[in-house]
Amino acid sequence: MKRAFPIFAVFTAVLLSYAMYEALVAAPTEKTMGDVQRIFYYHVPSAWTAFLLFFINFVASVVYLIRRNPIADAIAVVTAEVGVVFCTVVLVTGPLWARPVWGIWWTWDVRLTSTLVLWLIYVSYLMLRRFSSSGQTPVLAAALAVFGALDVPLVYFSIWIFRTQHPQPVIGGGGSIDPRMLRVLLINWAAFLCFAALVCWSRYRLERLQREVEETQALEALLEPRGSR
Amino acid sequence: MSIASGLTRATLAKDLRLEWRSKDAINSMLFFALLVVVVFSFSFDPNAEESRQIAGGLVWVAFLFAAVVALNQTWARELRNQVLDAYRVSPAPANSLFLAKALGNFIFVAVLEALMTPLFIMFYKLRALGPAWQLIPVAALGTWALVVNGTFFAAMSLRTRSREIMLPLLLFPISIPALLAMVNATTAILTGELSARVWIVLLASYDVVFTTSCLLLFETVLHAE
Amino acid sequence: MNFLYAAYAATWIIHITYLGILVRRYTRLRSEIEELKKR
Repeated sequence: MKRAFPIFAVFTAVLLSYAMYEALVAAPTEKTMGDVQRIFYYHVPSAWTAFLLFFINFVASVVYLIRRNPIADAIAVVTAEVGVVFCTVVLVTGPLWARPVWGIWWTWDVRLTSTLVLWLIYVSYLMLRRFSSSGQTPVLAAALAVFGALDVPLVYFSIWIFRTQHPQPVIGGGGSIDPRMLRVLLINWAAFLCFAALVCWSRYRLERLQREVEETQALEALLEPRGSR
Repeated sequence: MSIASGLTRATLAKDLRLEWRSKDAINSMLFFALLVVVVFSFSFDPNAEESRQIAGGLVWVAFLFAAVVALNQTWARELRNQVLDAYRVSPAPANSLFLAKALGNFIFVAVLEALMTPLFIMFYKLRALGPAWQLIPVAALGTWALVVNGTFFAAMSLRTRSREIMLPLLLFPISIPALLAMVNATTAILTGELSARVWIVLLASYDVVFTTSCLLLFETVLHAE
Repeated sequence: MNFLYAAYAATWIIHITYLGILVRRYTRLRSEIEELKKR
């Protein structure tokens, strides 16, 4: 297992470089938006990756609530953190794309706004994890994750209703996509998925190590009440 | 189920009695309601034509403030007297406790809203150009949406550090769809430009989803240690 | 065009910042483990 990590890391780095080349050079230039449209190849895969990670967080949280399995809890915190990182990328690249194309930094675009709310929900999840006392954190966080997940369709729907009542420009464009662009998009998504897997793996190892240390410290405190410090 | 509802009623009655007896709390909340409306009136010029457009948002932001203050208060009292531990040990179903707390909070916040509304109408010269009766389901459903999740998250934040800030931190993101619905429904009714119906349906769905989730998960959260 | 490069750069800055945070937590954890081992 230990040997696999560096090999996978190198593979991912190569794939990411290739994907970036494809996005910046090889992919055809978009007719109306020009080169700026290439942000799309980073913006969309980051969004899909974030959503996938949050979905895994939801599943892990439900598993934790049912079985109280500590590994499920570890997976939950890992996917939430890495998900927030990718979500941040989406929220930064979105406006950077919108500004040159439509002249405004932000619109009530359904996808971008839903992503913002998702980001807020998961940041609040991470805050809860940080601020609650360690005995009850996993259960409370899992409950919050379930609430967050249930909220997602409501968020999307409410913003969609708002937009149909107050139409505004759509970031990210709709409609069909040129197959050459689709290919570059999928390559970038594959690359970012591998990257996400690497980061999650590292974060997971860190989490396990941290829990072992905490358990050892707790055990020590129990065995030596006077403290040897 | 009758034992549970009896318990709910008893807890609710107790909470309401306590609130009524502690006149301090009521007086300070009254004053708070007035202050909020006045501050908003200074910040957002009531004379402008845009008042009617933004009044929906203003009113609900004010109600949100009031709800957070009320929610923080109600659990604080329980904590002070270690009532929570008594609840955990008792064989009473956790749902009864939750329902009682949520209903108590709902009544508390509804009273605050009832106090602030005439003030807002006065300061902003509000008039509903659309079907005014619709404001009642909007207010009821909207307040319940805030209170049901607020009560749940208040219970969750009890043992956390920085408890008072934790409640709004958790509540606001999750409440965004409900807030969007409340504000847009109110604006639609006040301006008479659009139909509030779709927003009312959204609010009702939100309430159903989250009331169910709170009832299902409250037991777990209460015993989370 | 500057926006394009800004977006790509921002993406990697965000990712590298997070990885940096992880590395710092790891080194701090390592030193804690050394502490524990000594005792």
